[in-house]
Amino acid sequence: MTAPTAERGSRRAERIRLYAQPLIVLGIVGVVLAWAFSSDLDDIEKRSINASTILSLTWQHVEITAVVTALVLVVAVPLGVVLTRRWAKPLAPLVLGIANIGQAAPAVGLLVLFFLATGWTGFWVVVLPTALYALLPVLRNTMVGLQQVDPSLVEAGRGIGMSGFSVLRRIEFPLAVPFVLAGLRTALVLAVGVATLAMLVDGGGLGVMIDTGYKLRRTSVLVVGAVLAVALALLVDWLGALAEQLLGPRGLR
Amino acid sequence: MNGKTGVEIHLDNVSKRYSGQKTAAVDEVTMTIPAGETVVFVGPSGCGKTTTMKMINRLIEPSGGRITIGGEDALKLDPDQLRRRIGYAIQQAGLFPHMTVGQNVGVVPGLVGWDKNKIADRVEEMLDLVGLEPSEFRDRYPRQLSGGQQQRVGVARALAADPPVLLMDEPFGAVDPITRGNLQDQLLRLQSELGKTIVFVTHDFDEAVKLGDRIAVLGDRSKILQYDTPDAILANPADDTVAGFVGAGASLKQLTLLRVRDVEHGDVPTATVDDSPEQLRERVGKGSGLLLDARRRPLRWVSARDLGPGKSLRTAGRPVEDSVSEASTLQDALEAILTDDDGQAVVVGTRGEYVGVVDIDTVMTTIRQLREEARA
Repeated sequence: MTAPTAERGSRRAERIRLYAQPLIVLGIVGVVLAWAFSSDLDDIEKRSINASTILSLTWQHVEITAVVTALVLVVAVPLGVVLTRRWAKPLAPLVLGIANIGQAAPAVGLLVLFFLATGWTGFWVVVLPTALYALLPVLRNTMVGLQQVDPSLVEAGRGIGMSGFSVLRRIEFPLAVPFVLAGLRTALVLAVGVATLAMLVDGGGLGVMIDTGYKLRRTSVLVVGAVLAVALALLVDWLGALAEQLLGPRGLR
Repeated sequence: MNGKTGVEIHLDNVSKRYSGQKTAAVDEVTMTIPAGETVVFVGPSGCGKTTTMKMINRLIEPSGGRITIGGEDALKLDPDQLRRRIGYAIQQAGLFPHMTVGQNVGVVPGLVGWDKNKIADRVEEMLDLVGLEPSEFRDRYPRQLSGGQQQRVGVARALAADPPVLLMDEPFGAVDPITRGNLQDQLLRLQSELGKTIVFVTHDFDEAVKLGDRIAVLGDRSKILQYDTPDAILANPADDTVAGFVGAGASLKQLTLLRVRDVEHGDVPTATVDDSPEQLRERVGKGSGLLLDARRRPLRWVSARDLGPGKSLRTAGRPVEDSVSEASTLQDALEAILTDDDGQAVVVGTRGEYVGVVDIDTVMTTIRQLREEARA
């Protein structure tokens, strides 16, 4: 009796969160921005705390996150599909191992090493290592999602005349979607976090404000940068939750 | 939908060997499954009966031998094309949980390229056929159905593209006994309408007896121990293994295969309520007779003792407790015989009129005859 009740309770909590989370986030951002803009700013602070700088840094941050996510999706999902096919099973541990190393290594280290190795700076030096870092959750969840599909459903699909590909497209993948989305949600939040380090390699983003505020001892700049980064992570997480609600297969709940 | 739509399936020395295993999983099975008949593969678990069945639609590729379906070499066809022409129903239905009932049933017609309207009509027809109201069930998800309902949808899905052949892998294994009985009855009814060639796998011998036109009792590596009608297997198991599988009570099971109309009826003296006691007494002699009402329906058993002077036919004798019809099984008749004080079961016609009686001797003679026929 307790299990269904708990499940129903957690589902209700999930729904409340779906409405409350963006409102709370926007509220906090509003309060912090109002506080920052209304306080007495010196020249240094004004250089950071103005609409165009905040917007462009936020936009850079969003861009990094979006491209990382797209990259992760394009690489990890097909890779996860391939690695669960019977003929590619031996490769799975190898690829998972590489992805594990990618995630186990600290993001800063990965970023800086990539910068040192290539000598590049800017957008792609942030995006590529971050993508490697965020690959694992999506890859692993895609694989788990496909592996948890009841083999008798796959056999039923083949048995009534679906080709291997159409079983994948119409049965296995739709049933794995909740897992893929959960992995993607984790990857998104990771990406927002790592993107605050983009300033290390001249990649922009809200990390610039945090860095400036810290180095020049301007608390207001530091707070605005940090709050916006946190808010962005929470919003992105909310988008992920929304996607799980809307894109998950019907009939499973 | 009249006539037989099924086609013959022929297995010719079909084997399955898995690499790295010394013995074959299925060893040179040869059998013919006649068009329009239900053949049940029955045997202990692990004997290879499911493997044998799955080689027919090539979910498992045979490693040797030939399979023809309706004269066509199944091993030369594209496996996906082949399977679209063979209905497939499995244990726990195997319905796709993210598709509605309607979408599940419409999968195969979609695969073979029917247009949307035709599929929608067909889905409705199939749900109707398996006794699920289309408007109520079409848009539900499998999770919202009971086990028995899911199984019906599974059968509807298997039949949707009107395949001549239907493979059923323990389809009713996971439902409760009452639901299983209902599903079996429904399959029998469907089959009498559709006349498909059905290959049915089960480990339940009673289910095999009930559903099969023929039963193949399989032993290790799918060796055919006996392939015959349920009657013949019950009457004369080929060896001890088969006998063990048939289990206790083979004679009783056999009685479920025979109808009262198949055996000779005895006769007893009768009189109607309008006759005088003297007339009946004359006919009864020292035995007993039946008293019928004006429409010749049996009312009471009366013996000579009940017909003494001054007794009226309106109250004499004891009421007939139980009667059987021509369509009842001999097992029902035996039950009636055992509960009757005189050891006779009254047989009535469609309107309840007296037709004759069946007694214990008739039942025993019938069983003896069956055994002798089977041995011959």
